Amino acid sequence: MAIDMAQFHQVFFEESFEGLDAMESGLLNLDLGDVNADDINTIFRAAHSIKGGSGTFGFTSVSDFTHVMETLLDEMRDGRRQVTRPAVDVLLGSVDCLRDMLRAIQNGGEIDRTSVAEHKAALDGVVNGTHDMAREFPAESEHVGADTTMMTTMEEPAASEMQIVGWSIAFSPHLNLLKTGNDPVRMFRELAMLGELTSTVDMQGVPDIYDLDPEECHLSWKLKVLGDIASTEIDEVFDWVEDDCDLAKQAIYSAVAEPAPLAVTEQTQILKPASIEPITIPTVAQPTAAEKEPKKEESKTSASKASSSIRVDTGKIDTLINMVGELVITQSMLSLIGEHFELNKLDQLKNGLSQLERHTRELQESVMNIRMLPISFVFSRFPRLAHDISSKLGKKIELKLVGENTEVDKTVVELLSDPLVHLVRNSLDHGIEMPELRRAAGKPETGTVILKAYHRGGNIVIEVSDDGKGLDKDKLRAKAIEKGLIAEDAILSDKQCFELIFMPGFSTAEKLTDISGRGVGMDVVRRNIQALGGNIEIISELGKGSTMAIHLPLTLAILDGQSIAVGDETYILPLGSIIESLNIKEDRVNRVVGKGETFLLRGEYLPIIRIHEIFNVPKPKATKLTDGLLVVVEGQGIRCGLFIDDLLGQQQVVIKSLEANYRRVEGVSAATILGDGSVALILDIPGLVRLANQ
Amino acid sequence: MSEAAENFDTGHADKNSLQILSFTLGQEEYGVDILMVQEIRSWEPVSRIPNVPSYEKGVVNLRGAIVPIIDLRERFRLGRSAYTPLTVVVVLQANIGDKTRIMGIVVDSVSDVVNVTKKNIQISPSFGAKVSTEFINGLVSVNERMVMLLDVDKLLKLEGVDDEDDS
Repeated sequence: MAIDMAQFHQVFFEESFEGLDAMESGLLNLDLGDVNADDINTIFRAAHSIKGGSGTFGFTSVSDFTHVMETLLDEMRDGRRQVTRPAVDVLLGSVDCLRDMLRAIQNGGEIDRTSVAEHKAALDGVVNGTHDMAREFPAESEHVGADTTMMTTMEEPAASEMQIVGWSIAFSPHLNLLKTGNDPVRMFRELAMLGELTSTVDMQGVPDIYDLDPEECHLSWKLKVLGDIASTEIDEVFDWVEDDCDLAKQAIYSAVAEPAPLAVTEQTQILKPASIEPITIPTVAQPTAAEKEPKKEESKTSASKASSSIRVDTGKIDTLINMVGELVITQSMLSLIGEHFELNKLDQLKNGLSQLERHTRELQESVMNIRMLPISFVFSRFPRLAHDISSKLGKKIELKLVGENTEVDKTVVELLSDPLVHLVRNSLDHGIEMPELRRAAGKPETGTVILKAYHRGGNIVIEVSDDGKGLDKDKLRAKAIEKGLIAEDAILSDKQCFELIFMPGFSTAEKLTDISGRGVGMDVVRRNIQALGGNIEIISELGKGSTMAIHLPLTLAILDGQSIAVGDETYILPLGSIIESLNIKEDRVNRVVGKGETFLLRGEYLPIIRIHEIFNVPKPKATKLTDGLLVVVEGQGIRCGLFIDDLLGQQQVVIKSLEANYRRVEGVSAATILGDGSVALILDIPGLVRLANQ
Repeated sequence: MSEAAENFDTGHADKNSLQILSFTLGQEEYGVDILMVQEIRSWEPVSRIPNVPSYEKGVVNLRGAIVPIIDLRERFRLGRSAYTPLTVVVVLQANIGDKTRIMGIVVDSVSDVVNVTKKNIQISPSFGAKVSTEFINGLVSVNERMVMLLDVDKLLKLEGVDDEDDS
């Protein structure tokens, strides 16, 4: 009977987090003037599922908390309560709190009880109609208890007068109770945890064995729980089945005599299949307590699994299955040709092979596609950010999201979110001016921040633009000089001026607010983006606004490469790192201390790195500089000229780890497999420079 | 040859015996636990890796995975021999740390799959500093010939592989 509930935890957490996201976006989209019942319903449903799920899994702190939210939402849904800004803010705060709670449970950590109590108090404040309380959020935690007692008194006016010693409950489930996935035993087990439980089963409704549908519930129960239990606690147990049963509960007061319990065991013999479960009740309390222990450990292991799962659109899976089907057909066609091969079938063979090639390529594309997630996974958090910051700073901001469905590789999505949060924060905090300033500048009071994603070539471009005050070149320059980052007489182009903000230790904010300036500088943003193989550029006009554009490769698994030849060997250079390649003349080469070769290119001395020398390539075709080619490359700010035999061709290469079975090799970032099945190494420019310096 | 290895795979249940794949390097005969052997392939050209010891011949593409190839003769300083189409690469896999590592070793020829009783395995005698026995797990006698059992885990742990992981 004991089902290992832990196996469902992962799903529960995933669904709950999704539900919370849905609640959050629902709350943010609420138009206070004209509240749509459907919107509230969506939020309510999410809250309801979380409450039900957490109740089932025994996360009572979560279900208690959600219950209060649900009460509030329910009233809003029925129109009994006005949807007000403070109420929505309290609900938003509660969503955050709930997310923290779930995360804490998922990771096996401690729930922050004070924060939970504060949020609950604020919710109670709203529920009880004291809106002022909510505004002073977080309210004092004394109000936590207030609500429960109030609800009890509403429902059981007489109860508060006398000492409650227990509850007697008449529980008659409808026939379909079991089909809805509810299990009376589980509920009884929960009751048994509240107090001493005695149950009496009524089996009159059970039909003849031949007519019995084992999935229908024909039993009804009279239950008695003894103990000082609040009415709400009982309600909670049955909460999930409210609509699927007839339920009557009555408080037992100290003076009430107990009705004689029926001898449960005697009835066992009459009908075994259906009644076995209820009869085990008195013994259940023990195992549940024991079950709790392993649960904790399980939740830890499932937390580590969480990061590696991915939700895939069923459409993509279907395409993949189709593709595999096609491939199988082609394969059988080819093997048929091969079985009795004659020369006149050569054309057929060629056709088959080209089909095979096409299908393989399509298959590869669709497999890569599975890893692609819409950028909305990152974007979806920004409306909340904008809402919070604008209300905190008293700014009027409209956030527009464009191209949310643009797809990017999962790894890119994950690594992109932090830098993007930083950029959006900057725009909201520093970019957009206060309403008065905007009006004075002749701009609309409401500032606009646009988050835009689109594909361009093999890249994805993400732009964060605002119509705020823009970057002040002179101010940037003065600041950089003050901080000693540039020389006083340095000549900088506009672009170079803007790029100053990427320098470590540079911050133009006059004072640090708690929104920006928390130590993660723009230099970190740029470094993160460069680590993803991308770059960031700034376009800004003083008084008009600025745009930060991030260019990223679509996936980290595939790279645009340029194959180069050195001796008999082939290497790959990332295409993005190549600036130009040229034949050089001897008179442009200079030797430093007789050895280190440099090359003068448009006024800049570039060090020359001979690949055949640092890699000890046997039999290079070109040893004289004039015989080979010089490829000017740039990597992490280092520029140099690589001396090679020849350029071969450009191609997309699949990046394969060299470290998986081997080890890291200096000057090489990874390996790839060429068309002929051989392995080629992908060069790492900073590594080459290090090698050359040794 | 790889089929032969697979057929014998099932007979490994007996705790007291061990199936080994034996192969030759020059005049010497070596053996590895057959469960460590993934497949046996013929020699094919490798892609050279720059600036590594000469016995690390390079890497090959093994169904999409990049797998290094080690010349065991050179590793054991038994002198070089030319690679012919008959030269054999034994692909071994071992668990190092928490991951599986795959590596190919170049040997002269594969001889046999033999059952040995574990208690017949002798500890390899110490030769002091003169002869390195660090990769030898033990000695066993098969049909009057001495077979040296290789410690695959140790063999696959390339010099510096784990130190360089942190850098």
